[in-house]
Amino acid sequence: MNVAVAKTGKGRAVSDLFASAEGRLPGSPDVIAVRREAFESYERLGLPHRRIEEWKYTDLRALVGEVLPLAATPDAAALKRAADAVKAHAVDGACKLVLVDGVFAAELSDVKALAAEAGFKTLPEVLDKDAGLLKTASTDAVIALNAALATDGVVLSIADGAQLSAPIQIIHIATAASASAFTRSQVSVGKGARVTIVETFVAAEAGAYQVNDAVIVSVGDNADVAHIRLMDDAPDAVNVTSQFVTVGANVKFNFFNMTTGAAVSRLQGFITLAGEGSELSANGVNLLKKTEHGDTTLVVDHAVPNCVSRETFRAVIDDRAHSVFQGRIIVRPDAQKTDGKMMTRALLLSDEAEADNKPELEIFADDVSCGHGATAGALDDSLLFYLKARGLPEKQAQALLIQAFVGEAIEQIADDTLREHVIGIAERWLERRS
Amino acid sequence: MALLEVKDLKVRVEEREILHGLTLTVNEGEVHAIMGPNGSGKSTLSHVIAGKPGYEVTDGQILFRGEDLLEMEPEERAAKGVFLAFQYPVEIPGVATMNFLRTALNAQRKARGEDEYSTPDFLKKVREVSKSLNIPQDMLKRGVNVGFSGGEKKRNEVLQMALFEPSLCILDEMDSGLDIDALRIAADGVNALRSPGRAMIVITHYQRLLNYIVPDFVHVMSKGRVVKSGDKELALELEASGYAQFEDAA
Ligand SMILES: Nc1ncnc2c1ncn2[C@@H]1O[C@H](COP(=O)(O)OP(=O)(O)OP(=O)(O)O)[C@@H](O)[C@H]1O
Ligand SMILES: [Mg+2]
Repeated sequence: MNVAVAKTGKGRAVSDLFASAEGRLPGSPDVIAVRREAFESYERLGLPHRRIEEWKYTDLRALVGEVLPLAATPDAAALKRAADAVKAHAVDGACKLVLVDGVFAAELSDVKALAAEAGFKTLPEVLDKDAGLLKTASTDAVIALNAALATDGVVLSIADGAQLSAPIQIIHIATAASASAFTRSQVSVGKGARVTIVETFVAAEAGAYQVNDAVIVSVGDNADVAHIRLMDDAPDAVNVTSQFVTVGANVKFNFFNMTTGAAVSRLQGFITLAGEGSELSANGVNLLKKTEHGDTTLVVDHAVPNCVSRETFRAVIDDRAHSVFQGRIIVRPDAQKTDGKMMTRALLLSDEAEADNKPELEIFADDVSCGHGATAGALDDSLLFYLKARGLPEKQAQALLIQAFVGEAIEQIADDTLREHVIGIAERWLERRS
Repeated sequence: MALLEVKDLKVRVEEREILHGLTLTVNEGEVHAIMGPNGSGKSTLSHVIAGKPGYEVTDGQILFRGEDLLEMEPEERAAKGVFLAFQYPVEIPGVATMNFLRTALNAQRKARGEDEYSTPDFLKKVREVSKSLNIPQDMLKRGVNVGFSGGEKKRNEVLQMALFEPSLCILDEMDSGLDIDALRIAADGVNALRSPGRAMIVITHYQRLLNYIVPDFVHVMSKGRVVKSGDKELALELEASGYAQFEDAA
């Protein structure tokens, strides 16, 4: 629509992409109209770049350049590879919902094993009736692009009071190289419910793929939710995920993200504390090497009084990798007695490693306790020497200290099985280093 | 062949020479005490033997069973049986003591081509050793040395020594910070490790420790050299007369 963008080669490519994708996009004519509008909004903006404040450190135009065409619907061979990946990455005891190249794979999923209190639909099923799920308040270009092109996703509705002991694990698997997957999911948690959601992003022998995912979460009063995301993509992949969370009153919401792959990744989380007395714990770990670029951007919006938010973020950056942490805490005028703190630490394993940390406090209430802290540095030589003097080779000594460092964020995961699962991924990352 | 031979060792730290030609020979089964005033270079010697970075050896050599120790990484020295109980053990938050002990022990065993310990065998061994050193199990659940008192840190060093069974133990002021009971327990632990195949270098300021760990030789270090060597009587002499007489000799 916008001539300036459409004139560039990249703008044209996306335009073609939408035209060619249209036949694959689920939804009623109303939904397609919403998609078209979202797409036009994307086209006006183009991929985010460094002159857009929120994307200052993650210039997608420079880092990614172009959006790849949609991956084909996975065939039998792709599903077989995906099945192996599911086995390798499943959390013990979890109920799995699998998306392969942006398409829900019922044959790899445990829909029948889902608890009766967990209502399940796919995105196309929902879009048959209602385009609401494609609409968000955001004006972000990648989110608009997601609304335009989302092919599938899972829509979960957890009943009031449901106590789900088994985690629900949404596994995104890429089997198609040099193609993109757009997914959009929704998780609605009823009042007083208790649930653990895990999202895993992995490749099954695919490289250079792109993921653009959006998740919309709403949490009812008195619920207890753990939400864990594991971005363990192929080293040359791109993963941009947007997350919208609205939290009711007296909720415990425990959020954790770990990024251990992808050439370029960004998790942008927008968490609104909309009910009083809630506690948010939002934590993350970036483990980056080579020339990887990993961005974790969290906006925590205290819209009401008497909520607590804690953010603990750790980045381990090797080689010429680049880690970004942007943490914004907004305290609305009404949100008195807000207690919001964030602490971020970066461990630089090489002279060329780079960490950008941008904390922002936007406080409009006067009776609050908010703060942030940040450090960046190398491993402590005296600790390394102590470990080596006890017989640990350099890499192993480093690994112990790195595990301890990221442990400060990982230990915020309450569930033993999940914590061990996450530690296992971190350990495999460390093994790949040595 | 001597277990450890330090020959005419000259060491600089940040352009300043600290050891000015130090010679020391330690054979298997022997216990050597090193005494000397503050700043005479005792810890520097122990660090250089253990392989701490930041020291420049400008002359001389250190042989361990005839092999050039200075060519080896610290972890290789550890696997070969060199152990330094640090004067100031560091705290390592987030690294659980048990995990550290097992990882270190198995790394040493692996480097020597030995089988790794199974978890039950390892736990049994740690339990035995910690019991004999009066170290409570819950201390081992914490991060390495984190929140340990000065004395507890020293006991943790002796625990590691007992666990790793090194052939050369260097104890850098293991008596500092220990109360009288803890000193006796730690010294008993050290004595239990005395064996014909194992040598010890005990660095101390106080003759009292040498009542518990009776040395075969006592060396006086001053200004980066060994200025006098003798038997255990020398320690008593020093206790009576101090170091003043050696300051000139150095
Ligand atoms: N990293 C360093 N930088 C500068 N000087 C150093 C360094 N390490 C040691 N030195 C100096 O070397 C000298 C010897 O220090 P060392 O710690 O070996 O003495 P010591 O005999 O162990 O003393 P103490 O009995 O007090 O433990 C001292 O003058 C000390 O200041
Ligand atoms: Mg000293």
